[in-house]
Amino acid sequence: MPEGYLPIFIFLICAILFPLVLLAIFRYLRPSLPIPVKLEAYECGIRAASNARGRYTVRFYIVAILFVVFDVETIFLFPWAVRFRQLAWFGVAEVAVFLSILIVGYIWAYKKGALEWV
Amino acid sequence: MTETVFFYCFAALAVAGAILTVTMRNAVHCAISLIASLGGVAGLYLMLHAEFLFAVQIVLYIGGIMVLFLFVIMLVNLEAAARERQFHRSWVGGLLCAGGTGAMLAWFWLRGAGTLRLPPAVQPTPREGGNVESLAMVLFRDYLVPFELASLLLLVAIVGGVMMAKKRI
Repeated sequence: MPEGYLPIFIFLICAILFPLVLLAIFRYLRPSLPIPVKLEAYECGIRAASNARGRYTVRFYIVAILFVVFDVETIFLFPWAVRFRQLAWFGVAEVAVFLSILIVGYIWAYKKGALEWV
Repeated sequence: MTETVFFYCFAALAVAGAILTVTMRNAVHCAISLIASLGGVAGLYLMLHAEFLFAVQIVLYIGGIMVLFLFVIMLVNLEAAARERQFHRSWVGGLLCAGGTGAMLAWFWLRGAGTLRLPPAVQPTPREGGNVESLAMVLFRDYLVPFELASLLLLVAIVGGVMMAKKRI
C-alpha cells in the first residue's frame, strides 16, 4: 500500500457510511404513512409527465462521447504537468501538436452544429 | 498484513460488483454495480504502486465511460428489454459446456498439480521520483509518435460519434 493514501481510504469509507447510517437511523425515527401522492416522484410540485425511464434524445449521446474524448485528452496532460520543467520547450511543442489535432476536431464538431441544442 | 487485508477488500469489491453487473435486472443498477467493480480494480492498481493508472481508472472509467454507459442506457428502450427473459433458453447446452470445461480443468489440475510451480511473486517497488513522473518521461521521450497518434485516434472518435448521431437529429 503506498503511503499517504490511508486518509483518502478513510474518507471514502466515511462517505459511503454517512448516508447509509442516516437512512438507517431515520427509517426508525420517522412515521411511515404512505399515500399514492407521497410516493410519486417529486418534481417541484409539478405532476410527472411520463416515466423517467423513457427514451432520451440522441443529442445527449454526442455530448457524452465528446466528454469522454476530452476526458482522455485531459488525462494525457497530467504527466506533462508534473515534468513540465524537465521537458521544457520540447514538451510544450509536443503537447501543442497533440492539442491542435484535437482542437481541429472540436472546431469541426462546432461547425457541424453538433453542439447546438435545437 | 494490512496489505493482504486491503487486497482482499478491493478484490472482493471487484468480484462482487462484476457478479451483480451481470445478474441485476435493472440496467441502471447494473451500471452502478459496474462502478463498484471498477472502483475495486482502481484500489488494486493503487496497491501495485501504479498511481497514474489508479487516477486514470477513476477519472476515465468511473467518471467518463460510465457516464457514456448511463447515457446509452437512457437512449435505448429499457421497458422492452426488462420484459424479455434475461436468461437464454438453451441453458442445458450451456450447462453441458461449462461442466465439460470444468471437468477438463479439474482433471488436468489433479494430474499436474504436483509439477505446477508458480514463480515467486514480484514485489512492486516504488521507483525513483514516483509513478507519474517516470511515466511522463517515458511517454514524452521514448513513445513520442504513439502519443501524437493517440490524438488522431481521439479525432476519429469525435468524427465517428458526431457522424453517427448527427444523421438522426
